[in-house]
Amino acid sequence: MTTLIEVPDVEPDAVAPKSKSAGGGLGRYIVVRFFLIIPTIFILVTLVFFLMRVIGDPITAAQGGRLPPDVLAQRIHDAGYDRPIIIQYFEYLGQLITGNFGTTITDRRPVVEMLSTFGAATLELSINALIVALAVGIPLGMIAAQRRDKATDAFLRCFAILCYATPVFFSGLLLKLTFSVWLGWLPVAGRVSTRTELTMGQLAAPTGIYWLDALRSGDFTALGDVVSHAVLPAIALGLLTAGVFLRLVRTNVIGTLGKDYVEAGRSRGVSEFRLVTKHAYKPALIPIITVMGLQIALMLGGAVLTETTFEWKGLGYQLVQYLNARDFVAVQGIVVLLAVIVAFTNFVVDVVAALIDPRVRY
Amino acid sequence: MSTATISGRKKSFLSGLPVISHVNKSVGLQRGMLITGLVLTGLFLLSTVLAPFIAPYGYSQLSDASGSFPTQDAPSSKHLLGTTVGGYDVLSRVLWGSQTAVTVIVVAVAMSIFLGVALGLLSGYFGGWLDRVLVVIADAIYAFPSLLLAIVMSIVISRGQSSFWGGILACAFSITVVFVPQYFRVIRAETIRLKAEPFVESAMVLGASSLRIITRHIFKNATRTLPLMFTLNASEAILTLAGLGFLGFGIEPSSAAEWGFDLNKAMADASSGIWWTGVFPGIAIVLTVLGLTLVGESINDLNDPRLRGRKRAGGKASRSKAAAGTDGKNTGATTAPEPEAGKA
Repeated sequence: MTTLIEVPDVEPDAVAPKSKSAGGGLGRYIVVRFFLIIPTIFILVTLVFFLMRVIGDPITAAQGGRLPPDVLAQRIHDAGYDRPIIIQYFEYLGQLITGNFGTTITDRRPVVEMLSTFGAATLELSINALIVALAVGIPLGMIAAQRRDKATDAFLRCFAILCYATPVFFSGLLLKLTFSVWLGWLPVAGRVSTRTELTMGQLAAPTGIYWLDALRSGDFTALGDVVSHAVLPAIALGLLTAGVFLRLVRTNVIGTLGKDYVEAGRSRGVSEFRLVTKHAYKPALIPIITVMGLQIALMLGGAVLTETTFEWKGLGYQLVQYLNARDFVAVQGIVVLLAVIVAFTNFVVDVVAALIDPRVRY
Repeated sequence: MSTATISGRKKSFLSGLPVISHVNKSVGLQRGMLITGLVLTGLFLLSTVLAPFIAPYGYSQLSDASGSFPTQDAPSSKHLLGTTVGGYDVLSRVLWGSQTAVTVIVVAVAMSIFLGVALGLLSGYFGGWLDRVLVVIADAIYAFPSLLLAIVMSIVISRGQSSFWGGILACAFSITVVFVPQYFRVIRAETIRLKAEPFVESAMVLGASSLRIITRHIFKNATRTLPLMFTLNASEAILTLAGLGFLGFGIEPSSAAEWGFDLNKAMADASSGIWWTGVFPGIAIVLTVLGLTLVGESINDLNDPRLRGRKRAGGKASRSKAAAGTDGKNTGATTAPEPEAGKA
């Protein structure tokens, strides 16, 4: 846990002197990088739009066969899906810019509302998983680097590869079997039990992030309930990323442990523990932050699997439901939101990397 | 890379082959990991080839001479790993599943290599607006969660139906879309680097056509890292296939055995304590991915002198010294103090 607290304090002392000397260069880099988000999102939106339309119009896909042909044709006409696809495409782009994602076909909800409801659940899961990943990956990575080529290192490296090799749904299955079915310690699936959900439903403005809501309700059984539901999904998804962090930290700390200034520290009698946790660890963080951007994408993909495994009603779970119902308006909404999230995280990660390391700017 | 050619020149043809030279070059822990990986991958390939002979039943077989199979039956002498909720034999489906996995990987990776290499060569060699457009598209796809892209693709391609080849091709295409940008990036970067090399420039001066330069001079040099990428990607392809199957966008159980799909069905069993339907296909996925990853990782480490384990003192050290020398000054700085760190 101490390592978690250490992460932010790298930025201020690395940044303060450097951003002064760089001046306008950094500002320009951030602006340029920000505008690079737009093509990324634009391409993904275009790709998804045309892919989805290759199959046919959304109404036929969702309700074809269930409605008489003339009603179906009328509905398609009303929704404007019988116009040329290019016109529909530009109309869709226009709607997106004004924040109008349309209405889902199967359950007739505004897509934006659906996204915010389920987005909160996915956000909660991702944060929990990220905490697990950092708390497991970083300390173990430092240990592996320090005990390089020893038995501990070998064990930890195998553990890291095993983390990567195990699909989330399989680790989820094993966790469920062990902790829910055999030991009976934790609930099998879901985000919360019905009783707690009712308690929290009485809150004035629920955030949708359950542990926040449970804290606000001041009911500790509710909080316990939420936490017990959150543990297994967080571990299943967190371990996937923990393996990546472990290996990254290991490789980078090994790299910095070989630097002259670490050698100098050692010759002055700095303890091995301090060398790893202070001297070698901080510079090793830079590449880790860069890779974290890609990890977010991996995590969102993993979230779809985790949510399905644990019936965690978030965006991923809902995406699969909508796909099976052939509700492509909803699917498109979810995919576009995820594209925006990914593009934006990559932007943030690049900016943070540039703040820490001035060589990144160009 | 360079060490592979050096040792190849000195020794027999056999020890010059990529994987064998890597085994020879490795020591201790690294060798153990590489060999474990090779053994696991070997077992995986073996069960692919031998599935028709060693699997007790067919993958979609529901009954034999003595009547139909019981459902959710615990492991017994008749069904070594039990039966699933649908009445399939778990062992048979695990064995046949390797065949599906290999087919999808081979088709997917072959297509991605073909497309990725072709686009990468063109984009890197000619540059200009084509290059810019392709790079932006590849970056956008690369940044997006690969599984989501694969899901969308599989829905578009298969639209829920799936014969054996229909399902396999849908999965393979979906995985291809995800992988093409990776190959594209690597090959493009290599091509741009090679384009500035004197031997390419001299070919241009001599009047060789673009086609000839690309195919004869650049292609061979730019594709050296492909075998490594293949092993790393193969494991990712298996995970994507299993993920698709788990979400129900894969191949139907009657047309092929697929581990991810079996795990999907096993999820409900787990809640009632039936473990054998999910654990065995899961272990099959883990071992396969583990094997391929260990091979890929070990080869990757062995190609990088900074990560390679050091041979113990004595005559054997000469080869790794040569490798460190060829890699240039920047690695020399990091390799030098390492023995100290190892001792401490």
